[in-house]
Amino acid sequence: MHKLLLLGDEAIAQAGIDAGMSGIFSYPGTPSTEITEFVHASGEAREKGIVARWAANEKTAAEAALGMSYAGKRTMTCMKHVGLNVAADVFLNASITGANGGIIFVVADDPSMHSSQNEQDSRVYGKFAMVPILEPSNQQEAYDMVHLGFDISERFRVPVMIRITTRLAHSRSGVVRRDGREQNSLRLPGDLKQFILLPALARKKYQSLLDNQQAFQGLSEESEYNTYTPGEDHSLGIVACGLAYNYLMENYPDRKPPYPVVKVCQYPLPYNNIKKLYDECDRILVIEEGYPVVEEMLSGFVTEGKKISGRLDSSLPRTGELNPNIVGEALGFKTGELLKVPGLVAKRPPSLCKGCPHIDSFLGLNEAMEKYGKGKVFSDIGCYTLAALPPYESINTCVDMGASITMAKGAADAGLAPAVAVIGDSTFTHSGITGLLDAVNDGSNITVVILDNATTGMTGGQPSAALDKVEDICRGVGVEEEHIRVIKPLPKRHEENTRVFAEELAYDGVSVIIPRRECIQTLNKRMRQKFKDKTKKAE
Amino acid sequence: MKNDIILAGVGGQGILSIAAIIGYAAVQSGLYLKQAEVHGMSQRGGDVQSHLRLSSEEIASDLIPLGGADMIISVEPMESLRYLPYLKPQGWLVTNTEVFVNIPNYPEKEDVLKEIANLPRHVSLDADKIAGEIGNKKAANVVVLGAASPFIDIPFEKLEEAVGFLFGKKGDELVEMNLAALREGRRIAKSNTGN
Repeated sequence: MHKLLLLGDEAIAQAGIDAGMSGIFSYPGTPSTEITEFVHASGEAREKGIVARWAANEKTAAEAALGMSYAGKRTMTCMKHVGLNVAADVFLNASITGANGGIIFVVADDPSMHSSQNEQDSRVYGKFAMVPILEPSNQQEAYDMVHLGFDISERFRVPVMIRITTRLAHSRSGVVRRDGREQNSLRLPGDLKQFILLPALARKKYQSLLDNQQAFQGLSEESEYNTYTPGEDHSLGIVACGLAYNYLMENYPDRKPPYPVVKVCQYPLPYNNIKKLYDECDRILVIEEGYPVVEEMLSGFVTEGKKISGRLDSSLPRTGELNPNIVGEALGFKTGELLKVPGLVAKRPPSLCKGCPHIDSFLGLNEAMEKYGKGKVFSDIGCYTLAALPPYESINTCVDMGASITMAKGAADAGLAPAVAVIGDSTFTHSGITGLLDAVNDGSNITVVILDNATTGMTGGQPSAALDKVEDICRGVGVEEEHIRVIKPLPKRHEENTRVFAEELAYDGVSVIIPRRECIQTLNKRMRQKFKDKTKKAE
Repeated sequence: MKNDIILAGVGGQGILSIAAIIGYAAVQSGLYLKQAEVHGMSQRGGDVQSHLRLSSEEIASDLIPLGGADMIISVEPMESLRYLPYLKPQGWLVTNTEVFVNIPNYPEKEDVLKEIANLPRHVSLDADKIAGEIGNKKAANVVVLGAASPFIDIPFEKLEEAVGFLFGKKGDELVEMNLAALREGRRIAKSNTGN
């Protein structure tokens, strides 16, 4: 059958389109961005009238998805692992309300922190919410599991989590499609109180989630994605979760490990297979991407049973992404003599692009800050976080979306002056507005720099929810008109801009400086498109 | 048949286009393929790599094991060296010699090229210059792919078809230019290695 060559992310998107999804709501975040981008770009999705929206943040996105589920239609919301922190409120409560139309939370974890500030494991959240988790081991499973996820979600009226990691999200392979499924028609919940979490009602709903746990367990026991493969050597039994299964197999060219293997791609953890493995083997090795979630479950607390190995007993590294070699060593294989990287090879960290407006903003800010000394600039999540590195070394914090403004406020309230926040336009509308409101209400002495490049740059230029709205938002929140200053970050305006920075740093109160110039990447893309359109017309 | 290839370069140099060409050709040849890419922060001028695996059998891991790559294809010389631990001792290293300097401590070009010359099996060529002579400096990545093509177990015509398919939307002129780049890279590699 014809195969499509798809990234793991794209396989999930294509599956949504094929499985009768009516809408997808997300906020961009590596490595999850390409799911929603694919639906955006898909002609097929457009023909089918599938709604694809970038929301202001992961919480608003997930809530919109829950609303679509309420209305009876299938929906997906996609985010990176730390995005689920933002959407945690809706995620955990949606597990109590349950679903009407099928709803899938796709969460992409980033072990090794390729593009993230931590490597939290979303399976912990899934367990926290007590919902079924699907963890595909390859692109085809990612595709198939969307269909399964919607089935489970609609059958048990429960949100389902699909958990992937960077390597699957951004790796391409052949995927076979299934026949399409019709979208649901608009259909209100049978019980109009289903989504009302008043205590008395919530207690009942919570009980029904608990009652369903047995059924979810049953699904895992029977799942075609949770397999047991016998092996002759019972000195070791292996539990391999999701992607880790591939690294296990890579070490055996015939794909036949001598040990019994339990593959886990659906949670709750399948008891029967693992119990069988535990009973027949001397020691268990758990291979999983992310936190030692399964390993901890098997180890228990007061360990008196058989030895459980994995990330906790140093058989595998405690942190970071797995690979075939790491897994091979845990299995007793030695990595042979390798060629060495010559000493002259220098590190090449990412950097701000040539012509990036942020460069001019930071050069101006740095000069204006000189007389105050280092350590007073709070920043945020985006390309501009790269200003932490030489040659700029302008910023001192990067914690979570929106934290620049609120941390600057707290430090200002502690007496730090000046206290500066540097945040991007998209991050500002994601989670910065409420913090600015706090600062205005408390009259905190902070200077907020909102770098407005008219896009969500770091993730590849998705539309910014802040477009053409930044000043209005600041005014609306209560920032004084004369302390909302818009500048154009260009080398030739350096002196003028530095003066504006200096003036607002000296002001005792909330001031906002908005350096506004389009992202050089989106500008170039737009220009190329314009040129193309022009030549097309000329033809 | 099994080819494990590391593609290397700097964010924005077009290694994903090389991957796309080989990938399309591989799928058209009925091969299995897995290709792990780097997206996100590193794409901003940082070092990027892609693991490209082709096989007549189903492939397990998306990542190539250390010491397992048959070939490194690099659009930048220093970047070609960064991934040497992945290369089999007798693997091929095919690289552009034109440096991309965006860091203050970039080593001497001469020293970088010397390290490459020390490897038992390598092809190095100034792909930027060759692409410029053909009339499209942006095709340097395709020149490098051409230079690697004698060592990839896919019929050359399939790679040509893939170039036609992938650049087809952008007009015939661009297709011809990239085909010329592909062929010239191949010619040079063949004459340099006596293949």
